[in-house]
Amino acid sequence: MADALAAFRDPARVQSLAADIRALQPGRPVRLMHVCGTHENALCQFGLRDLLPLWLTLVAGPGCPVCVCPASDLDQAVRLALVPGVVLATFGDVVRVPARTSLADARARGGDVRVVYGAADAVALARAMPDRQVVFFGVGFETTACTTAAALLADPPPNFSVLCSHRLVPPALDALLGLPGVAPEGFLLPGHVITVTGLSAYRDLAARRPIPMAVGGFEPVDLLLAIRDLAEQVARGRPRVGNDYGRAVRDAGNPAALAAMDAVFEARDSAWRGIGTIPVSGLGLRGAFGDRDAAARFGVAPDPDVADIAPGCRCGDVLLGRLSPEDCPLFATACTPDAPVGPCMVAFEGTCAARYRHRR
Amino acid sequence: MPDRPPQVITLGHGSGGRLTGELVRDVFLPHLSNPRLDALGDAAWLPRVEGRLAMTTDGFVVSPRVFPGGDIGCLAVYGTVNDLAVGGSVPLALSASFLLEEGLPIDELKGFAASMGAAARRCGVEVVTGDTKVVERGHGDGVFVCTAGVGRLRDLPPTGVASVELSDEVVVSGPVGDHGGVIAALRNGLDPGALRSDCGPVLALVDALYAAGVRPRFLRDPTRGGLATVLAEFAKEAGRTVDLREADLPVRDEVHAVCDLLGLDPLYLACEGRVVAVVPGGQGAAAAAAFACVPEGKGAAVIGLVVPRESGPVALSTRYGGRRLYDTPTSEPLPRIC
Repeated sequence: MADALAAFRDPARVQSLAADIRALQPGRPVRLMHVCGTHENALCQFGLRDLLPLWLTLVAGPGCPVCVCPASDLDQAVRLALVPGVVLATFGDVVRVPARTSLADARARGGDVRVVYGAADAVALARAMPDRQVVFFGVGFETTACTTAAALLADPPPNFSVLCSHRLVPPALDALLGLPGVAPEGFLLPGHVITVTGLSAYRDLAARRPIPMAVGGFEPVDLLLAIRDLAEQVARGRPRVGNDYGRAVRDAGNPAALAAMDAVFEARDSAWRGIGTIPVSGLGLRGAFGDRDAAARFGVAPDPDVADIAPGCRCGDVLLGRLSPEDCPLFATACTPDAPVGPCMVAFEGTCAARYRHRR
Repeated sequence: MPDRPPQVITLGHGSGGRLTGELVRDVFLPHLSNPRLDALGDAAWLPRVEGRLAMTTDGFVVSPRVFPGGDIGCLAVYGTVNDLAVGGSVPLALSASFLLEEGLPIDELKGFAASMGAAARRCGVEVVTGDTKVVERGHGDGVFVCTAGVGRLRDLPPTGVASVELSDEVVVSGPVGDHGGVIAALRNGLDPGALRSDCGPVLALVDALYAAGVRPRFLRDPTRGGLATVLAEFAKEAGRTVDLREADLPVRDEVHAVCDLLGLDPLYLACEGRVVAVVPGGQGAAAAAAFACVPEGKGAAVIGLVVPRESGPVALSTRYGGRRLYDTPTSEPLPRIC
């Protein structure tokens, strides 16, 4: 794998792309937004923001799936984890996110919470433990949603069910563009998501709301190619949907994955933590899969009294890029990575957690 | 044949009676025997020692218990011996306490005892006293081992964090993250391939450093939490920042591959046979050369500098000219969602 990636980690190529970006000189500040936790992670891992010119800022939008998962859904997961006989399986970074409590707390109180790498691992758990009920807490965007769909279509054992909290990217971008003072000048589009979905939804969005967009991969060269593409589109005033991750992204996406999602899910109006309800932005199980709905199976309905965001927490504004973490009254005082109040302080790539590490 | 020893650990092995005696005689003594242990007293008598003593203790709960490059038996020796060594002392004696879960195959335990004995001989140290307890099935994870060790403090132990100065150099004795990489791969069903745990003694490395005339300011074995955690704790205590150069940092391709697949960071992965040393400015190359002179120090490198405190206790200058900050981790590294 190292050999295959070498071309995308070539420091000379990275420097040359960064020089191209610096040379654009639009004469004003330009604010771009990515909507992908893995982009934030790669930007931090490789230190790429340091290579960008001062006029260019790349902010994190609502792309950290753990951060946008509503407290009410997390609370349902916690209550499911405490049902006797249930094994709650989910992704690692969901475990510590606070709602009324967290799944980590549930585990400490005797709940059986397991970290898995995907729905297929949870199905394997269910097969290995036929006398237990395995609930997969499905969080994330199209990238993980299609794997939940595939697991449900592959005739999993009867003791497997799903708490479905998947979200869709395009409706969120659409909603962001409708919020005054929030919209960036361009979107760095998430390569993993679009490998699944293809580009058509983004072309539709561009037709209604022209804005520079470019799909980026996750190696340093991939990211700078997409950022250069966006900066050029902004500088020239010619928005389009660029594909700078051609080795993975096809126009039509992954038809098998899309068919699986279509068979299993229907799009619904859904809540985003700290942001509110966005039309047709989430996925629910279709009626044919109603018997796999963990919330129904165990009678764990959403609790309307769960506060989505703790008092004083400004994660919603941070997620929208409206507020700098330092300007939140809880930042680095009541809210730290060791004792997070809001979701943005939990995930390594959460905006507040990243800013906390960079504070002086 | 009522007297035939059972093939698995039973609660009787922890009773202090006949089965406990058989366990000691048949499993532990053949591999750990020495006059002090063989006396089977309640407390071992150690020889008279000149100078100050150092003492440490550690618990070992690794899962899986056997992994490429080692097992929980040798790990329990190296872990404690290495803590004594980086604390500036020469190990003299160890204790070992085994917490066994009912149902553990006795042959597996014999394997750990053999591995522990071989590791102790390699370090020139004796296990002089021990204990076994048995917990009911479901109340343990096969076997937990606790070891404690005493050592004689060197005449010139590390000078300490208070003596750290700007431009001090940071040196590591070999590639980082091998042990954590192997364990992460095995726990997640990945084939670790040629990757082996670095589980081993660091005594020879520390001896080589002193033999080269380098007295370290600070010496640690970057076990739990890995290199980034050890250096972040050091930097916070020193009120400085450690500036690392990614291009100089030894990390095996296999460890990078495991980390890329599992969403982990090599700098937070445990090492079990490495030393990180902070040495006076200008002595980094000599320290790395000293490490490289012993077999355990293959791949030693000068990896960074102590600089004035900036944002973040540890800053990594990436190959691309950017900076990445590291701090002490909040919890066990958890894999990311995608």
